[in-house]
Amino acid sequence: MSESFVPVEHLRGALADQRLQSAIYAATGRLIEKRAGAVSAEALPDYQQLREQAHRVKRHALDNLDTYLEQLEENIIAHGGRVIWCATGAEVADFILNLAKLRGANLIVKSKSMTTEEIDLNERLEHHRLEAVETDLGEYILQLAHERPYHIVAPALHKTRYEVADLFTARLGVERDLVIENQTLTARRVLRERFLAAGIGITGANFLVADSGAVVVVENEGNARLTSSAPPVHIAIAGIEKIIPRAQDLPVFLKLLGRSATGQPLTVYTSFLSGPRRPGEMDGPEEFYVVLLDNGRTKLLADADKRESLYCIRCGACLNHCPVYRKIGGHNYPGTYSGPIGAIITPQYAGVLKHPWLPFASSLCGACAEVCPVKIDIPRLLLTLRRDIARSRSWTERLAFGAFAWLGTHPRLYSLAGSIAARLAPRAKDGWLRRAPFLSRFGVFRKWLSQRDIPVPARRSFRKYWRDRAKGAPTA
Amino acid sequence: MTRGRVAVFVTCVVDQVFPAVGIAMTEVLQRLGYAAEFRERQTCCGQPAFNTGYWDEARRLARHFLEVFHDAEYIVIPSGSCTSMVAHHFAQLLPNNPAAQQLASRTWEFSKFLIEVAKVEDVGARFEGPVTYHDSCHALRELHVHDGPRRLLARVRGLELREMDAAAECCGFGGTFSVKFADVSCAMARTKIDSILRTKADTVVSADSSCLMQLQGAMRRAGLGIRTMHLAEVLASQ
Amino acid sequence: MTREGILSRVRAALGRPPGIAPAPPPLYFSPAQRGSEERVAGFTSALEALAGRVVHCPSREAARDAVTAMIAGKSAVASRSSYLRELRLPVDVPDATAYREACATAEFGITSADYALADTGTLVMLSGADESRLVSLLPPKHIAVVPVSRLIDSLDQLLQRLPRPAAQTSSMVLITGPSRTADIEQILVRGVHGPGEITVILVAD
Repeated sequence: MSESFVPVEHLRGALADQRLQSAIYAATGRLIEKRAGAVSAEALPDYQQLREQAHRVKRHALDNLDTYLEQLEENIIAHGGRVIWCATGAEVADFILNLAKLRGANLIVKSKSMTTEEIDLNERLEHHRLEAVETDLGEYILQLAHERPYHIVAPALHKTRYEVADLFTARLGVERDLVIENQTLTARRVLRERFLAAGIGITGANFLVADSGAVVVVENEGNARLTSSAPPVHIAIAGIEKIIPRAQDLPVFLKLLGRSATGQPLTVYTSFLSGPRRPGEMDGPEEFYVVLLDNGRTKLLADADKRESLYCIRCGACLNHCPVYRKIGGHNYPGTYSGPIGAIITPQYAGVLKHPWLPFASSLCGACAEVCPVKIDIPRLLLTLRRDIARSRSWTERLAFGAFAWLGTHPRLYSLAGSIAARLAPRAKDGWLRRAPFLSRFGVFRKWLSQRDIPVPARRSFRKYWRDRAKGAPTA
Repeated sequence: MTRGRVAVFVTCVVDQVFPAVGIAMTEVLQRLGYAAEFRERQTCCGQPAFNTGYWDEARRLARHFLEVFHDAEYIVIPSGSCTSMVAHHFAQLLPNNPAAQQLASRTWEFSKFLIEVAKVEDVGARFEGPVTYHDSCHALRELHVHDGPRRLLARVRGLELREMDAAAECCGFGGTFSVKFADVSCAMARTKIDSILRTKADTVVSADSSCLMQLQGAMRRAGLGIRTMHLAEVLASQ
Repeated sequence: MTREGILSRVRAALGRPPGIAPAPPPLYFSPAQRGSEERVAGFTSALEALAGRVVHCPSREAARDAVTAMIAGKSAVASRSSYLRELRLPVDVPDATAYREACATAEFGITSADYALADTGTLVMLSGADESRLVSLLPPKHIAVVPVSRLIDSLDQLLQRLPRPAAQTSSMVLITGPSRTADIEQILVRGVHGPGEITVILVAD
């Protein structure tokens, strides 16, 4: 496999950055502990049943997605809202731009949504001089800094208070303040004005509830509530896979989501929104739009074997528990979604050959599958993707494995090959080598030896020992 | 008086690189009264090919394995990852093959065999010193092997088991991952080694030789005198 | 147009013609656990663990006194909740035109709640004749006066009682503690957008 297959330099850079390393490891470590406390046998005795139920409900919803999308639409319209179907990010942006123009809105407030990240919504709107202000504190900071989110749940995981202080001084003109509480209050003050002045509020949706025509948005800060309640127009953007059939399915999903993500039994705010304000209500938007986004989801849906990739409820638990993510961090994954879930959906969205190294960037430890609240079998999907990629890989690698399989089905030659290797191997005291100049010509060995000693084949293999034993020959 | 025959699948790594593990395992089995049988035609379970996406090649090795062990009542393996390959993934590779589907019921990771089939925790072993145990990923998560090895180690005379805080974290081997993503793999090993150092144990024990190879390779390079031993080797010590 | 495009792609992906879906899996609810005494205790410890305050009042008069003392000398706005009206609090209930401004400038927002969930220390607020959205959101401090009879176990019980919230309201919000963030260096800060202080007055009625 060629050097260019793996973005080695990139990854080496991430690993060498000590500060980043400790930040990621510590933050994910905290989230791991919090989740563990929240799903323990005492805290959530029916955790495994909940996972099983969630998996089952998601499977049903996606296996019957057309019916539920239609039901969702019918109910949204019945409550006075409108549904906007968008195949691509460009269509979403066009819709918003047109609506903003019609309503004379030049300020938009937005709460966190990975879906909008996926379609580069902010960039598209900015291109047309429409400002969409991020209101989630971490996202707001990133927007000021012009950076991408680092983690599904903790976007500004990598920023320190010093960087935030510098940023606020430079971009907001406030006096430099290192106290985190004050920094937060500054953001609150600045953003409060935006909420109250904005013409349009855009949120994502954690769930789309088919039998209610509702979107469910969970958060801890209150910015999604403000975004969906203060401006006269609320637009909720969601991938079509976010559907669940019934409002009564929510307890299962909400219990799993908060606990898996941050160890919270419930997030601070859970909003169940089903349309514009109704007669008799004091507040709420006059107009309510749900944007249903495809953007490749129908492609994933079509592969029944990998369809469970779409069950994801974006909790981030797989990222937190992934030993690879904990080492290389979110910015080193291509595409919008990082960590184990990113490793299985990005190849499906972008085509497996776009980043052929991605499904291989895993030791298949299985920690992700163990913690996934909807029981997506991520290791199985990684293996399946590797198989898809191997079909178009280098003939040398295929040849090598083919040769190995041939040897493995011809035991006497296999045994002979083993003895030859043992005889040719350099002698090493206590069986390990620091250096092996001949072997280091081959990438496989060079890479191993760069940072680890390598064991030499045993003088006498187990099979030889067994044969000698049977003959009564000395076995000591 | 024998308790029955057991066919050992030593794994290609143990056969060619760490034969002492296979020797230790068969000694323990014999000590417990089993007749251990090594079928010479065994080679490799095909996991490296399978994990790298070469499923046709893996399938050939799987069929060979099935042929070699077709009539074995118990297949015992000193490796969590190879056991998981045989017991779970063969069925995936050969969905229409009934032998592959029922292989799981007669394939045993070594410690699981001791606890659940031999029903023994004290194998009469002696091993002095502080030891820490590394849970290999396949054993832990696919085979649910966690308490078994600890119970076995608890009965080894003279052994002091110290839990490391990162016992369940991956060592970074992952087969070809260790080479394709060598930098990340070694960073993972370093985290694991730091955790081992905190226990001040002088031996790391695991049920998988590949994990031990990864950890030992990294520890030797770092000049650390910590020794690695397979669970079978500890249990064979007297 | 795009609607048809997406739906037909979905149908093609699923390999099935349009039609009714088979019935969904049966619902799963965790069983209710507590008696009413335990609910009060459960609610109190859950909310206090989140730095919310819970005050137990034996009567409506006591509740009125508690609220009055808390807001003395400060600006406050109340929702139109009929339960609150019965308490006769010395707080303005703004009309439609003054409402938003009042919420934006008041220090305290006072509401009741439609339900409270004991397991998690959660207030359930449905927009309608009684409650609305901004009064529990804009002011930095939120006081909710809730009769104990409205306390139920959990989200499971809520959705069993209220299988179709959308039939009643455009907005059902579950409030579990004060607004919070740990986005900067994972240090917890309260009151980033929503109220930083929340006090629930449970009234034995």
